[in-house]
Amino acid sequence: MMNTLLAVDNLHVSFFTARGEVQAVRGITFSLERGQMLGLVGETGCGKSVTGRSIMRLIAPPGKITQGRILFDGQPLLNLTEPEMRRVRGKRIAMIFQDPAAALNPVFTVAQQLKAIMEHHRVAKGAGLHRQATQLLADVGLPIPDALLKVYPHQLSGGMQQRVMIAMALSSHPDLIIADEPTTALDVTIQAQILNLLVKLQQDRGIAIILITHNLGIVAETCREVAVLYAGRIVEQGAVRDIFHRPSHPYTRGLLAALPNPASRGQTLNVIPGSVPSGLQPLPGCAYASRCEHVLPMCRASQPAFVKLGVDHQVACYLYDPPTDSFDHE
Amino acid sequence: MTSAAYIHIKELCAEYVTPSGLFGQHAQRVRVLDQVNLEIKRGETLGVVGESGCGKTTLGRAILRLHAPAVGQVWFDGQDIITLDKTSLRRQRREMQLVFQNPFSSLNPRLNVLDLIAEPLRTHTRYKKVELNQRVENLLNEVGLSAEFLRRHAHQLSGGQAQRVALARALALNPKFLVLDEPTSALDVSVQAQIVNLLLQLQRCHHLTYLFISHDLGVVQHISNRIAVMYLGQIVELAPSEAIFQAPRHPYTQALLASTPLPNPDSGRTRIILEGTVPSPANPPAGCRFHTRCAAAMEICRRQAPLVHPVSAEHWATCHLLG
Repeated sequence: MMNTLLAVDNLHVSFFTARGEVQAVRGITFSLERGQMLGLVGETGCGKSVTGRSIMRLIAPPGKITQGRILFDGQPLLNLTEPEMRRVRGKRIAMIFQDPAAALNPVFTVAQQLKAIMEHHRVAKGAGLHRQATQLLADVGLPIPDALLKVYPHQLSGGMQQRVMIAMALSSHPDLIIADEPTTALDVTIQAQILNLLVKLQQDRGIAIILITHNLGIVAETCREVAVLYAGRIVEQGAVRDIFHRPSHPYTRGLLAALPNPASRGQTLNVIPGSVPSGLQPLPGCAYASRCEHVLPMCRASQPAFVKLGVDHQVACYLYDPPTDSFDHE
Repeated sequence: MTSAAYIHIKELCAEYVTPSGLFGQHAQRVRVLDQVNLEIKRGETLGVVGESGCGKTTLGRAILRLHAPAVGQVWFDGQDIITLDKTSLRRQRREMQLVFQNPFSSLNPRLNVLDLIAEPLRTHTRYKKVELNQRVENLLNEVGLSAEFLRRHAHQLSGGQAQRVALARALALNPKFLVLDEPTSALDVSVQAQIVNLLLQLQRCHHLTYLFISHDLGVVQHISNRIAVMYLGQIVELAPSEAIFQAPRHPYTQALLASTPLPNPDSGRTRIILEGTVPSPANPPAGCRFHTRCAAAMEICRRQAPLVHPVSAEHWATCHLLG
């Protein structure tokens, strides 16, 4: 495809700990078009953040990318030298983290941090620096940008700090922003502001965004494409309507059924029995087999391949292989 | 107090004093609860929602007298607990317990599960060792864990298991009232569902009364009979759960509901995006505290704090629009 910005192919990431090899990502494949917004959703430990960090090549020892390819705009990121990677990281691919207070440096002002990035990526210099920094803060919806440039991060609220992070991400005109739980530390009214800002950036500037979150509500309301992760693998992927209206993987179904909804008030919520398999455990079959109510003998033996259910909708599950609608009874 | 309410909170104010700083800031009184009136009925779940800094946690702590209120009264089952002496308070505290958001910071990492759950029993009762162990095992079973967990420490538990232990510990003395302060916020969706189910089941078995504090409207709606919405230290709206979600009257409640993302891509809602952030409780706005962010703010809102306006018998809100 011409317009593919990012292609992740069979990515494996492991952490080599004293207790053995912990497989955080066990073969993830997806691609992203220019200007597209993709949601990576899953529970703690499913590998969504590690995937995001792998694209930035921010996996530090004992972590290691053990297998796979990441193509960004035709460039194989995993083959680049570190100086080459530095021209991509933060410049063409920017990242926003969950806790802006931890990501910003507390001893430098907003202006110093913002200008340092612009100088590093050579997007502006001299008087242009200040003008652009002011413009960036205005672009992310911060009032009185001139005054805010002079403050230290602790003088800002959480929402304002996250806007500064977004301004820093935008400063080098990236093609892709990886937003890792960008609103998890924020209150809902502020979360709504930040999500609106991200959607606006994607639509107005054509920046592709990977939105990593555990919140299904956020995915439903902001993304068009979603990948559901479980134990280091994508189990289902598709347009947001497919995932929410026609969830097909038993895990996706279980996850959606576990959410409280107005109709079920006071009643027992659906529960997924058991727990997520440990990363130490090899998983020859489907990662969800130990908790799945529809488990078949072959689910434990070998890993199911993706089955196409629609134009964009695909699921890794033996229940759909060969394609059948016997399970799709609801 | 002749009211039928189980817990009756009257004109409760709570303050924190910020320390005078190294760089010469003056000590400051921050009023985090301002004139809160609230009744909790026996056996109900009262949900408290609001954003960070709205005073929801302090409200829970003030009811248990873990935070001494500046002004106001708290009546617990006919007993004024603000004036209780130390011995009576200690006896009273057996009736009311608190469960925190993060079990890993509320459970002592040096104790095993047996000691964690036995601790309140050792403090308040005179069980013999055999009885004590039996009681701990029963409690553990009740929260859905088997006896094999007795010798484990907190770090050997998953988030859901640790929260179950925290619940068993809270239930050890057969309390009647639990303050649940964001008990599911640190948990994943599938685990959250398990804990919510457990809370509902325990409430039925033990006729418990819950004060359920959360910022997650979905969970609050699921578990609560009535919901209080707080903003900057005040309750701005109180109503039965259905009324809050179907016919919210306070503009803040409406905005809060509209800001919460729903797991439905076709909800087709128009989002009300509130401008700005919550003002500092150290310096709350005059008049209605919400007027700085309210789209419907009028002249009177800037000058005069709104009174409680009844919407129906069980539903009230503090807003001039209802006047």
